[in-house]
Amino acid sequence: MLQFKIVGVVFLLVLSTVLTAQNTQSVAIKKGAYVPLYGTTDKKPVEVKAFNMDVFPITNAQFVVFLKKYPQYSRSNIKGLFAEKSYLSQWKSDYDYGTTNLSNAPVTNVSWFVAKKYCECQGKRLPSMDEWEYVAMADEKRIDARTKEEFNKYILSWYEKPKTYTNPVGKTFKNYWGVYDMHGLVWEWTSDFNSIFLSGESRKDKDTDKNLFCGSGSINASDLMNYAAFMRYGFRASLKANYATKNLGFRCAKDLK
Amino acid sequence: MKKLIIGMILLFSTLQSCNTKVDAQVSSKSKNISELSIYNLPSKWTNQNGQNIEMMDLKGKVLVMVMIYTSCKSACPRLVADMRNIESRLSENIKGKVKLVLVSIDPEVDTPERLKAFSIENKMETDQWIFLRSTEENTREFAAVLAVNYKKISPLDFSHSNIISVFNAEGELAYQQEGLGVNSDETIQKITEEAVKLN
Repeated sequence: MLQFKIVGVVFLLVLSTVLTAQNTQSVAIKKGAYVPLYGTTDKKPVEVKAFNMDVFPITNAQFVVFLKKYPQYSRSNIKGLFAEKSYLSQWKSDYDYGTTNLSNAPVTNVSWFVAKKYCECQGKRLPSMDEWEYVAMADEKRIDARTKEEFNKYILSWYEKPKTYTNPVGKTFKNYWGVYDMHGLVWEWTSDFNSIFLSGESRKDKDTDKNLFCGSGSINASDLMNYAAFMRYGFRASLKANYATKNLGFRCAKDLK
Repeated sequence: MKKLIIGMILLFSTLQSCNTKVDAQVSSKSKNISELSIYNLPSKWTNQNGQNIEMMDLKGKVLVMVMIYTSCKSACPRLVADMRNIESRLSENIKGKVKLVLVSIDPEVDTPERLKAFSIENKMETDQWIFLRSTEENTREFAAVLAVNYKKISPLDFSHSNIISVFNAEGELAYQQEGLGVNSDETIQKITEEAVKLN
């Protein structure tokens, strides 16, 4: 019986280390509905089920641990189908992010394929675009701060700041859900980034687009909001799954059990 | 006691499952697969006859691929017509080297039975034609490789890119035709080029 207990305790200890070693802290996001700024023709609210979201983007240090465990995704082993040449190009070598990159800075220059794999190997997944946008519309106090001028100004001023991707995670604001860095640090992969139609027909859905380009004199909060979202969706639409760029990182999400 | 240990081992092995898939793939068939080949994807598919296949089973053929869904009323019939047009213009001496593959972006609705019915309706019954479906996740990943975007816009409808892709015998992307009802001359030329190499 004692033996049984010891084995059990040891097992639990080992298990908890295995589970927490690489697992970033995550928080529960309550279910809700929101109207995406792009992608729906009817402007009906989209349901988002309750799920868990990582509090921070994945860091360089966490990514090294992953690569050592799964060397097939290292810089010299990765296949071209899964990541282009710029994959982790800012690192010193396969398993060394060097001295110019902070250990707790978000890992960037990572392709969608590898980001997806990373999350799967933690028993997680990439958040969907709707989940990501749903969490990202919160400021410190509100679930949906998208119409607030200050909030939009903050986002847009980040878009103008160079090289924020070299900053450590967790230094931007903590939002309503307890999640950091949705704005102000890096762009992030979503599981269904390739579900955007900005060119062609769907462009017409958004009558406000012309205001963005025709230099109308009256820029109001809703213009700022649309502009910020337009940047985000436009950026995603320009991506391919093997792209690796220096301002693009990721975080993981998980279904609620 | 034994049961407990076995349980632990099982639990650990499921925790490692993200890796096993890849290992199996690396060890078995992938030795001669080039870097940019779609055969690096280990995903499993079901065809219109209900048979399970791996993408890898198509290695050695020139593939003409398109992503559609069978309940589609607008763009897909024209994409399907484009595919049929391409097939009809292939010269007899290369037909045996080419497969035309239609991949469903709506795996929930497009069961093998439904794909079979669709193939009959559209007179795509020879073994030249392959209809495939997989899980939603594999489909999303495959679309990512083809640079095909799609999105469910209502319970029955999807927006999707209209792209026909040509893959060589190694599974490397050789050509993409974009748009509906476009001139397929270049596509056919590319298919022929790749197929002739196999003679």
